[in-house]
Amino acid sequence: MKQEIKGGPLTRLIMNDVAGRRMMMIILAIAIIVPFCNLVFPEGSALHVSTYTMTLLGKYLCYALLAVSVDLIWGYCGILSLGHGAFFALGGYAMGMYLMRQIGDRGVYANPDLPDFMVFLNWTEVPWYWFGFDQFWFAMVMVLAVPGILAFVFGALAFRSRVTGVYLSIITQALTYALMLAFFRNDMGFGGNNGLTDFKDILGFDLQADSTRAALFFASGIALILGYLISRFIVTSKLGRVLVAIRDSESRARFLGYRVEWYKLFVFVVSAMLAGVAGALYVPQVGIINPGEFAPINSIEMIIWVAVGGRGTLFGAVIGAVLVNYAKTYFTGAFAELWLFMLGGLFVLTTLYLPKGVVGLWAQMKDKFMSSGGGGNSGITTGSSSGKSSDQKTSKEAEGNA
Amino acid sequence: MSLAKTKHIEQPTVLYMDGVSVSFDGFKALNSLSLFIEPGEMRAIIGPNGAGKTTMMDVITGKTRPDEGRILFNDELDLTRYDEAQVANMGVGRKFQKPSVIESLTVFENLEMSLKGGRSVWQALTHKLTGAKQDKIDEILSMIDLKDRLYEDAGSLSHGQKQWLEIGMLLGQEPELLLIDEPAAGMTDEETMKTAELFKELSKKHSLMVVEHDMDFIEALDCRVTVLHEGSVLAEGSLANVKNNQQVIEVYLGR
Amino acid sequence: MLFAFVLYTVVVAGAEASPMKPNTALHAVAQELIDAGYREKQAVTERLTTIDDPKTLLFMQIMVEGDLYYRKDDRVVVIKGDDAVTTFFSGEEVTLESKRDIKKISVNNKLRVLLRSGIARLQIFSDDPEMRMQAAVNLLKSAEDLDQTTLEEALDKEENSDVRDVLLLVKGIRMLEADTEKERLQGVSYLSGSLYPDVRGALANYRRAAEADSRTEEIQAADEALKKIESLLSLNSVAENLYFGLALGAVLLLAAIGLAITFGVMGVINMAHGEMIMLGAYTTYVVQQLMPDHIGMSLAVAVPAAFLVSGLVGVAIERGVIRHLYGRPLETLLATFGISLVLQQAVRSIFSPLNREVATPDWMAGTFMINPALELTFNRLYIIIFSLMVLALLALILKRTLFGLQMRAVTMNRPMASSMGIRTGWVDALTFGLGSGIAGIAGVALSQLTNVGPNMGQAYIIDSFMVVVFGGVGNLWGTLVGAMSLGVVNKLLEPWAGAVVAKILVLIFIILFIQKRPRGLFALKGRAADMG
Repeated sequence: MKQEIKGGPLTRLIMNDVAGRRMMMIILAIAIIVPFCNLVFPEGSALHVSTYTMTLLGKYLCYALLAVSVDLIWGYCGILSLGHGAFFALGGYAMGMYLMRQIGDRGVYANPDLPDFMVFLNWTEVPWYWFGFDQFWFAMVMVLAVPGILAFVFGALAFRSRVTGVYLSIITQALTYALMLAFFRNDMGFGGNNGLTDFKDILGFDLQADSTRAALFFASGIALILGYLISRFIVTSKLGRVLVAIRDSESRARFLGYRVEWYKLFVFVVSAMLAGVAGALYVPQVGIINPGEFAPINSIEMIIWVAVGGRGTLFGAVIGAVLVNYAKTYFTGAFAELWLFMLGGLFVLTTLYLPKGVVGLWAQMKDKFMSSGGGGNSGITTGSSSGKSSDQKTSKEAEGNA
Repeated sequence: MSLAKTKHIEQPTVLYMDGVSVSFDGFKALNSLSLFIEPGEMRAIIGPNGAGKTTMMDVITGKTRPDEGRILFNDELDLTRYDEAQVANMGVGRKFQKPSVIESLTVFENLEMSLKGGRSVWQALTHKLTGAKQDKIDEILSMIDLKDRLYEDAGSLSHGQKQWLEIGMLLGQEPELLLIDEPAAGMTDEETMKTAELFKELSKKHSLMVVEHDMDFIEALDCRVTVLHEGSVLAEGSLANVKNNQQVIEVYLGR
Repeated sequence: MLFAFVLYTVVVAGAEASPMKPNTALHAVAQELIDAGYREKQAVTERLTTIDDPKTLLFMQIMVEGDLYYRKDDRVVVIKGDDAVTTFFSGEEVTLESKRDIKKISVNNKLRVLLRSGIARLQIFSDDPEMRMQAAVNLLKSAEDLDQTTLEEALDKEENSDVRDVLLLVKGIRMLEADTEKERLQGVSYLSGSLYPDVRGALANYRRAAEADSRTEEIQAADEALKKIESLLSLNSVAENLYFGLALGAVLLLAAIGLAITFGVMGVINMAHGEMIMLGAYTTYVVQQLMPDHIGMSLAVAVPAAFLVSGLVGVAIERGVIRHLYGRPLETLLATFGISLVLQQAVRSIFSPLNREVATPDWMAGTFMINPALELTFNRLYIIIFSLMVLALLALILKRTLFGLQMRAVTMNRPMASSMGIRTGWVDALTFGLGSGIAGIAGVALSQLTNVGPNMGQAYIIDSFMVVVFGGVGNLWGTLVGAMSLGVVNKLLEPWAGAVVAKILVLIFIILFIQKRPRGLFALKGRAADMG
């Protein structure tokens, strides 16, 4: 039995979301403690967190934010985007361009006006679309605007013509594929194959310095928390319920008078922007952005993070992203051959046996455990209660509309 | 709009279909269908399978665009120019044959979503449940008898309850015209009679168009009946009249 | 040098049956050449060109190449090949103690001219029209090899119109050097519209000369002739791109046909479809490893083998995974993507991550000539034919067999089909197997065109989906038209935009097209589609 959602937006956001609240507290704690341990305790101390570990965890935080953005559209609105990697990469490129401009004359060719790869290509001036990227604020606007505008244009076209279900998935995949091909070209002016790298500093702070890394890590944690809260605000509003209605029965939502395309467009754009922010935080931490980020496989991999965590819960996406990526780090290091088998198996097993992910599994086990004690509130308000039946419905609808 | 001037009849209508045709790959689902419903009228539509009943609803509600013909709503707006959401917001509610409620939302949330107004994205994002809205939901709840299941997922309701919830959602929209597709399908006799009573009650405030196979149900509705056949009107009149129509008998029994 | 040797081996091989005795006339001339100085050689060579002997031509050809030697101790004439020395008359291989054992029968430029024109004359009057053709084409390069009277004689005698046409071109090229303007213009008119690169070169030279002497009328004539050639050439390049486009379309068609079944008919999104193609390609590789001596036959074996391998894997996937996910296309998409990762890694673990070499049988190699400036490769032609055959076969299976009937019944109305006694589960499995098997066949064809590696399937999956979606789901005809038009558009854009941009443009075009017509080119409309 679900509880009625009462109270103002703040209550709605925080008080009614036990699991999410706990998770955000943990992330906040991590965002503070990890940099603290890295900076304060000397190397060799038991409490020291190495910069390598911190960077790795920072990557996970970015992935987690990306997963939240995927869950927002897939878990709540039923849009399976296979092109979210593109938004992530575009945000990353926007940040990368800023970092590139910050290099100044410290590049290999020591050209004060042109990034190295442009000198290499014998270009004489920076192309027009690079203008402004020497300003941090401008780059930050672009981090949001570029993915947002692409999502808006693409979404406006696709949703208005009612491209849904697998068709939408396939053309989003085609979109990221086309972008990958484009960014691989040297003529595009984004560094071609090699992408953007050799960054020196951000806002004047040395990117190699532990303190800068720590700050970036903290920023990633805060971004994740904010992204989660924004998403949570959306899905707990009436808009969120309209999204669920669209997911479960698009035509019902239409006949109730909701302009489905605008709702989809809104959430698609918000999601793309969140993904862009995740990309922008990711790039300075890993130190490179290249067209490989547009690869279709990346976009599909993020879907599995959400699926493993449990779609339609937001915090499940966070758990899934961290779990899968930790496993990836571990296995690609220890048994490289095994990793793709595992990842592949994960796709199959999750879809077959874990439709609600580990969050659903946890809730199930908890229910079983507490069934003698009268059930009670598990604190997990999964957007979907009857995952299977509603999914079937969504898919039938998708076929019909397709 | 001046369209109303070209109407072939004088009296005011809530729905006026004029020469509407739709074909799919050569198959004429609607064949120059003309039909009108007066304000406050309840109309039952019957017809054998493939007579075009569902297509007619699709055309009225903006799901399917007709090849020709026009559909006037309240003698002024041509519904064929609008999409589903626009038609719904003008005041045409539709209930599907298969109960279609949002299964993973609660009964309350389903009703809240259906309430008139606040259809824009921004309004939805900043929506607040006011006292007036709460009252409206309470009012609907008392009509559809789902008060004690308010916070349960709609997916957990029985078939009949889902039908009722969907009707409740229609009422939340406060439409002028209700299009209802086979409401009695899958209901027990008792539920069927209760539904007929509800519709009669509704017809005091709304215009209704009910597609139904169940003759007992139609008899209980006690209203004018239109028989559709091969995409156009075959006969119209009281149920008794229609039942004795030779053509209708042929269509129903002839094959 | 090599040419001469090959030529020699061919001729000798033909005559091997009867051991050759040195032929008197030719042999005598050869002996004279050994002793003669350059001055005498001229006269001897002139005599050589008139000797009526089947080996005279070969003798001259080897001589002009500078590969004709003699053994010092017994004055036997030998040919020095790249890695062997053989006697000219008996064709026996000779072992040499030292390089100094043999001496070259040297030629100078004057002799070369003599020899060439002798060769040309011999060839141009040969009985073999193919040899005459070859000679005529060679003359385009060096029209001066044949004197005017011989050329006219050859033109008079020539009965084969193709050879005659080329000879006329030779005449035209010679006439460009003529003394009077009238004759030169006549020559230009012979050459106008010919696609031989040598003709174009000659005309360009002629124009340059005319410009140097500012002979305006002739410049104009040359320009017109060149323009005509240019326009024909650009037509040629369009035709070539069209051919490439159709070949690419055929590849896309092969890759997409299987998908047209699994996605189009069954509505199953199989992201592992590319890996079914890959399995087919690897099957070809394995088959070739098993029968290394019969590469020519290997493809004939590989086609059914690949069908079975990919088909069986397909059936296993359907029974093991997809069966549990019917009605949930997005989940199917994810699960099959997982399978694609597993299959890729499996192949990587078994065969190594490197590309495997798949041999092309001889009958697939080679080109055929459309006109002198356009040669097309056979392998593309075979792929086009093969893809159409596969499509036709599939259409036949769907339309004419009991299985096809059951398949359509199941997709149209599952409960009804089931109640009529059709084992819907098995029909599903076999349908999926059929689609996968055809992907395997596509892999055999693709192994002849591209690298065979663990990632090869990935390259085709997006394209295949684009073809099916563009053509209209559930419609084989749409798949054909979709594949061919995408292939052709891609290749026609390529020279203008570059390969990558062409591909991007095609992708963008499809993305926009889907907005306009979400059901593709040849869509089922209305009710039937709603229900499907």
